[in-house]
Amino acid sequence: MRNLIFFISKYYVFFLFFTLEVFAFVIVYRFNNYQKASFVNYTTGVTSSFYTTVNNTNQYFNLRRVNDSLQMENARLHSQLITSYYQNNFSPKQINDTMYKQQYEYIPATVVNNSVTKRNNYITLNRGKDHGVEAEMGVISETGIVGIVMSVSDHYCTVLSLLNNNCKISAKIKKNGAFGSLRWEGDDPKYAKLLDVNKHVPIATNDEIITSNFSTIFPEGIPIGRIFSHSLDAGDNFHTIKVELYTDFGTVSSVYIIRNLMKGEQTNLESTLIETKK
Amino acid sequence: MILEILSYLLRFIAIMLLQLLVINNIELSSYINPYIYISFILLLPITIKPWQLVLISFLCGGVMDAFSSTPGLHIAATNFMGFIRIHYLKATTTKEDMEGRIVPSLSQKGVVWFVFYCFVMTFIHHLILFFLEIYGFQEFFSTITRVLLSSVVTVLLIVIGQLLFYRSKIKNG
Repeated sequence: MRNLIFFISKYYVFFLFFTLEVFAFVIVYRFNNYQKASFVNYTTGVTSSFYTTVNNTNQYFNLRRVNDSLQMENARLHSQLITSYYQNNFSPKQINDTMYKQQYEYIPATVVNNSVTKRNNYITLNRGKDHGVEAEMGVISETGIVGIVMSVSDHYCTVLSLLNNNCKISAKIKKNGAFGSLRWEGDDPKYAKLLDVNKHVPIATNDEIITSNFSTIFPEGIPIGRIFSHSLDAGDNFHTIKVELYTDFGTVSSVYIIRNLMKGEQTNLESTLIETKK
Repeated sequence: MILEILSYLLRFIAIMLLQLLVINNIELSSYINPYIYISFILLLPITIKPWQLVLISFLCGGVMDAFSSTPGLHIAATNFMGFIRIHYLKATTTKEDMEGRIVPSLSQKGVVWFVFYCFVMTFIHHLILFFLEIYGFQEFFSTITRVLLSSVVTVLLIVIGQLLFYRSKIKNG
């Protein structure tokens, strides 16, 4: 026993180091294997308010650009207003519409912290539990998709940016509906790769890539980007497709969080399916 | 003693702000992500107690993790680097260094020694950080390029910092 104590006291620095190192690796392991970002939950509250202060200052420098993009969006929305459509309906009866039920809600949010050059990038937004944000909601900008909400505190949420190793998005080619999954390869924030598109599918450059209807996170048809270049290696069953992303992650500032009102219903149904299979 | 701790605390805050507000926002390339905050640990005095060093590097990594919403990556990398520093300095410093309570800096240990010391430490730190970030070896070559390029830029920035802030001491020495 005395020898043991002597041994520990002689190498106490190593033991201290070892314990802390193991602690760190456990966090990394948990994060990567369970996809539960519990660690980040504790920290977003404090650190995000720090970034909000910084961002409030930075926003002044971006006002002109933000104005421009909002003006563009306004113009687009104006053109979709009911008043800008020609009334082509002469039906005298008012029909109470039961055919459409709202499935998606959009929560506007502002980017508080963002990065594009890391291998794994995260975005912090100024909306949280109080505004109805939950984990695994989609995030889009005016131009295209941005990422998926990872963890939520009372007033903030962290978003797994599309520019992240752990972010895979189910996408399809608009023209022919061929499915694939979109993944960022870690080099240029302007481009991503579309994987698993079978080689018999005809594709061409400039084909538009949109979100597929497979996920409960994004509605179908949100624009992602366009095919920048594509090739087919000999003996390979899948196309190698380089996608130019519509969203400029370097300057993205106002975004929308998508809340799927029917998500619970769908996942519940699908989980019972898995149980009966067992 | 209190004054010394206070000055180190101030330096810690300054270097963290520099890292978070300036360096993190410089978007050179996705292959170049310098992390200069480790220079705080590199420039602690030689005579600091090993357990203090290990704890400080742990806290340093923790703060960095909290602000970049990464799960434990910086803790693992910085803690490991702090531990290696203890043994590296034991092997490369003389008794006079220990008695003189010097800091392992450019002005006191010379350019060649300092650059090599910085590079070894930075390389170890970035190696662990970037490979844990990708969590696997599936992009081995692009990750190792990222480690090398970022290390070079980090060392460059630390040396520039040293030249800026400790210039007068070099002239005297």
